[in-house]
Order: sequence, then C-alpha cells, then structure tokens
Amino acid sequence: MSTEANALEGIAPKAPPFEGLGRPIKGPGALTHDWRRFWHLTYNIARNEFKLKFFGSFLGYLWQVMNPLLLFGVLYVFFVVISKVGSHGKPDEQFYGVQLLGSIVLFSFFGEATGGAVRSVVDRENLVRKIQFPRLVIPLAMTLLSFFNLTMNLIVVFIFALISGVHPMLSWLELPLILALLVIFSTGLSMLLSALFVRFRDIKPIWEVISQIIFYGSPVIIPLQAVREKLLTPPHNSEVHQILYHIYMLNPLVTVFQQFRHAMVTNATISAENALGGWPAMLEPVGLALAVFVLGFWVFNRSAPFVAENL
Amino acid sequence: MPSAASTRAKAAVLPHRRNDPRPEQEVGCRANGTLTLMPQPSVSPPPIVVQSISKTFRVPEERVHTLKEYALHPLRNRRHQTFDVLRDISFHVDRGEFFGVAGRNGSGKSTLLKCLAGIYGVNSGRIWMDGRLSTFIELGVGFNQDLAARDNVILNGIMMGLTPREARRRVDEVIDFAELREFEELKLKNYSSGMHVRLAFSVAIQVDADVLLVDEVLAVGDAAFQQKCFDVFYRMRDEGRTIVFVTHDMGSLNRFCNRALLLERGQMVHLGEPHEVADRYLEINFGHATEASKDGATEPGRSGDGDARVLEAWIEDEGGQRPASVPQGQRIVLKTLVRFAVDVEDPIASLYVLNEDHVAIVVATTAREHERSGHFRAGEEMLCSFSFQNVLAPGRYNPLFTLAHRGTGMDLIDRMEGAFSFVVTGPEAMGGAVDLPVEVGISRNDAQLPASVEA
Repeated sequence: MSTEANALEGIAPKAPPFEGLGRPIKGPGALTHDWRRFWHLTYNIARNEFKLKFFGSFLGYLWQVMNPLLLFGVLYVFFVVISKVGSHGKPDEQFYGVQLLGSIVLFSFFGEATGGAVRSVVDRENLVRKIQFPRLVIPLAMTLLSFFNLTMNLIVVFIFALISGVHPMLSWLELPLILALLVIFSTGLSMLLSALFVRFRDIKPIWEVISQIIFYGSPVIIPLQAVREKLLTPPHNSEVHQILYHIYMLNPLVTVFQQFRHAMVTNATISAENALGGWPAMLEPVGLALAVFVLGFWVFNRSAPFVAENL
Repeated sequence: MPSAASTRAKAAVLPHRRNDPRPEQEVGCRANGTLTLMPQPSVSPPPIVVQSISKTFRVPEERVHTLKEYALHPLRNRRHQTFDVLRDISFHVDRGEFFGVAGRNGSGKSTLLKCLAGIYGVNSGRIWMDGRLSTFIELGVGFNQDLAARDNVILNGIMMGLTPREARRRVDEVIDFAELREFEELKLKNYSSGMHVRLAFSVAIQVDADVLLVDEVLAVGDAAFQQKCFDVFYRMRDEGRTIVFVTHDMGSLNRFCNRALLLERGQMVHLGEPHEVADRYLEINFGHATEASKDGATEPGRSGDGDARVLEAWIEDEGGQRPASVPQGQRIVLKTLVRFAVDVEDPIASLYVLNEDHVAIVVATTAREHERSGHFRAGEEMLCSFSFQNVLAPGRYNPLFTLAHRGTGMDLIDRMEGAFSFVVTGPEAMGGAVDLPVEVGISRNDAQLPASVEA
C-alpha cells in the first residue's frame, strides 16, 4: 500500500486528510458555481450605477440622452437641412433622420459598453483584492448598464420614428436578433479589454483610437450605399476594392446597423444579407462576433485568478 | 480544588464556553465499569482543511506596463523574481473553534487568509472549505460613496452571498445594530468616519456566516469600537461559529483563541496552544532564543538575552517561611533573586501568577513604581519582591518571572517559568478566579418586587 502510494506520489495528489471532504475550493476565477449570486451581483451593480446616473444629478437622465441627441442634432442639421438628404426622393434615404438616430444610439451602446469596461476592473481594485466573487461580474455589469441606457434611448428613437411617420412592420420582430449580435460583440470586447487593461495600461488610449476608427468604418455617418458605390460599381471595382469591401463587411457593426435600418426603418434600404451577398456570407460577421466573444472570455478567464495579485 | 457541585453550578449558569471543541474524545465506560476517554469518530469533517498549500509570487524584474513596450521589446529581460510567501502549510480548523494565525509582518499570514477566502489562488496543495464564508479583510469594502446607506447595505449583503430578498430583510437589523436609523437614507459620503466604521462592521457581522475570516481589522477604531468588536467575537464563539483570526497582538490571541498557528517567512513554526504560540512569537520577534545565554546553553522554559539570570524564586508567607501551600486571607510575598552577568541599567522585573488554565490572575511589574531601578554592575545581585493579600481562589498556581531591559518590557533579559508552583488552600471554591471579599446583604423591600439576593 505504501509503495503504491509512493509510486503515485509524483502523479496523483495526496489523499485528503479527512473523510467526507467534498471538493476543494477552486480559488478566484472569472465564474463560480453560484449562478444566482453571479446574476444578482451583476444586476444589482448595474442597477445601482444606473440609479446613480438617473437620479444622481439634477437633470438626471437628460444628461444621459443628451450625448447621442447632440451628435444627432449636429449631423441632422448637416445632412438633412444643409445637404437635403432625404428630400431627393431616393427611397433608401427616406426617414433619414430616424436611420441616423438609430445608428448613433446603437453605436453609443457599443462605445459605452467597451469604453466603460476598459477601466472597470482596475477601478474596483479594492473589491477585487478584498472579497471573493466571480470577477466576470464587473465587465458584465458595465455592459448591462449600457444596455439599460440603450433601452431608454431606443424608446426615444421609437417615439421619434412614429412621429416621423415610420410604419410598424413585421420585420420589427428582428430587433432581438439585431441586438443580440450587437451585445455579443460588445460583451466579447468588454471582457477582452478589461482583462488586458490590468496588464497593459495603454489599452485605454489605444482603444479610444480604434473605437473612433470603427465609428467611421460603420454605416453611421457614411452610409453603406456610398461605400458600395465607391468600391463595387465599375470602373472602380478592382480586386483590391473587392477585398477592401470584404474587410469592411466583416465588421459585425455594419451588419447590425444596416439591418436595423432595413428592418426597422424602411425596407427600401439594402438589407445586410444582400449587402453581404447572401445568407452564407452572413456567417462571417456573425462568426467574427462569436469568435471575439469566445476570445474575450478565454483571456479574461485565464487572467482572472491573478487579478488580485497583479493589481 | 473546585468541587463537583460548584462546577455543575457554574456550567448551568454560565453560557457554554468551548474550551476544547475537539469532538474526538468523549468520556465512555469500559466493560469493567471504569471511566475512560474514548476516541469518537468525527460526525463530519472539519469545516476548514488545508493540505500542503504553497504560494509563490512571481514578479518580473522588468515590469512592462504598456502594450507598446511589450510589442516593441521582444528581447527584453524576461527573468522573474520569485517570492515564496507560503511553503507547505497544512492544518485544519474544527467546527466552533477559534483559530488564531500569528506571525511577524511578511510572514505570510494575510496571504494565507486571502487564500482561504478565495481571493488568491494557491500554487500547490488544496483547501477545503465548508459553509458560508464571511471575510473581514477590510471593513466597508464595496461601499459606494454616492449611494445611500440602505442601498449599500443591500449591495454588501448580496456581495457576501445573500439573495436580494434576504439582504433587504436584514437591512433593518443591520441599521439598528449600527445605531444609524436616522441616517439610513443619507449618502455615504456624508458620513463621519466613525459612522462608516460602525456601519461596515454591522454589515459584516450580520451575514450569519458559518466561517469567519478576520484579518487584523480591529487595529483600526477607537477603544469603544474595539470593545464592541470583542463582544461580538465572544458571542460568535459562544454560538459555535468557526473563526480564523489573524493578528500580531498576543493578548487577543491568548484571550480568544483555542488553538493558534505561528508563521515565519511562509513556514509553519508552531501549531498548538495560544500561549505557546505567543511565547515562540516573542522569541522570534526579539531573536534572542537562538543565541546562547551568557552562562551556556539555555534550559527549557528560559529565554532572553541572558544579561542576567534569575537564580532563585520562592514564596514567603507572613511569618517569613517558605511553605508549599498558603491559605487564603494571608499576605504572601513572591521573591526572586537575580544575578547580573553584565552591566544593566534600570531593568524591569515582572511577575505573572498563572492558574492551571494558564490565565494570568495576578500581574505586577516594577516598572510602575520603580522605573529607575538602578544601575547594576556585572556580578551584582538584585532581590525583587511582590507582596499582596492572598485572595486567589483555591488551586495550584505557577508563577512566571521575567526580567527585561528598560523600555517596553518586551526586550527580555531572562525569563523563568515553572521554577516552582504553590497551592492556595481555603474553604470551598466558589468557582471564580479570585475570591475577593464581597459584602452580601438581604433586606425586605416594601415595594411589590421580591427581595433580590446578591451573591
């Protein structure tokens, strides 16, 4: 018996010193076994932050919604009033104001969720170093908080849409799917960024630049139609342009924004599916979003046990 | 010796104090009718079991803080410095036990606590933890200054593992315990520091955890708060919760703990009775135990730098005799003779009279009234005497004498324990540690309430 134990010494762990012990504790990590506590923590942290922003300052929520509205105001004046987009009679430019506001609001979520997540773990250093809880709660709470804001903003968009005369369509049922893609992509990036920031403190300025690039690389200000005209119609559609277009379409946000315009505002705009060239091609941006999610989770999970020490 | 009757009376009246919570032994009955101690199989394993855990911190010699540095300097110095903060620690804590962890700064005790709490992961070994955990590494962790106190209490409750409904139900209890009822809607940033601490402490103890991990939290706070903390810990111990207590205050260790662990530089030095751990801790702290005394090898029970040596210690009664037992009510003197090996300035002599439970009943020191005890040259001798009225309860007592350099009294010259013991005799033991003269009175009261008996 003892020789057997000695032989196993290097391979198997020692026997537990008492009988009836269950599983040993796993130490800190991204997730824990207690799902209910995970959800309760995430929800309550997000809810408290939201309450603070909503009721915290004098005008409360108005400040929250002012940001996208101001941007919208400026762009609206430029595009609709000055350039008279939407009144040329082109069907895909119908309700341009609503399209614009919708894209801005969606990008706002993306920007807030990812930007807010970058510093989130480091800012809560005292929590992480003094209490045991699943670390993933922090970036997820930030994303959930941005989602609350998105919900409020979408209500404003809908009111604006109905006022402008947009008809309710059956394709409105696609909204959950559109939002799902957006959320998966944003959450993946949130996890990735918050984990990386603990180690590399210049992730924050780097991400700010990338975020801006994505803003201009998504159909918010520059509509998809313009990109297609530039890259796909002859005589400009060389090989290089085709590849550039392909890269452009890989961005899941392009799919999100464009499909939002198509399904929610007016069917006259080109749908994401058609812009990509059919259903199978839709797998590329969706796949990329899922890949980012998995990558973000993996990076976070790997670094989670050591976060307390590295801070 | 306390009689069986008084022991039973004591047990019936006083709250049940667990002095030895280990369930392994129980009085049983052999076949021939004699009583014996029988090993009893544990009903369930201990709530905390630690097996051979080790933890190492790897700190890179060149710390890379930015992605730019990481990417641009692939050939940089990748060497790490390793710090072994915990090495092969194994112990267990039984249910209801108050377990102390002591050690110097840097010994790894806070790291050990964080490993138990699940904040740090261990590099090898395993930890088993059974029951809901409450960690007190810092009070008020997770408090959001912009939220009202009420919201913070709820959030903290969820953080500690309660469901939102449970947390909301407990809010009132928590706020009442902290005596902050009028301020519950106020934002935390408007609280004074004392209110902060009261609220934080109240939140932490209301969680109803089975296992508590406490890390020197009591170092902050005023005396009133510390007393409140101590009261709570006494209560928790009496309720049978398992507590792991990290400290470097040997007084607390002795007062609260059933067993203790001493760590030094990540290794277990001693695991056992608190007073043993306290002694070893003092030795390590002043590093004199390893040095040989001036006369040669140190005997067991002695420690100190040996600049002087206690030659003799004895007890005298009123008549100047040296009896083995002294009755209550007389005046007794405990004397000690010290010879100096080197010149010492103003040494401090202290006496501790310990009873059989290793509780110090009488403590006296020359530092109080004879601060300037004088300059003693090598070869000179000093006689210290401690005289008091014998109100000790009947039993056996072990005096402990220490001689220390001027100052805090921790810098030991010599310490003599177990040189002799004496027995105090008297009428039936009532059960108290001392038998002070108490005037008892009964009289008839004209009001409705019956006469109260004081004892």
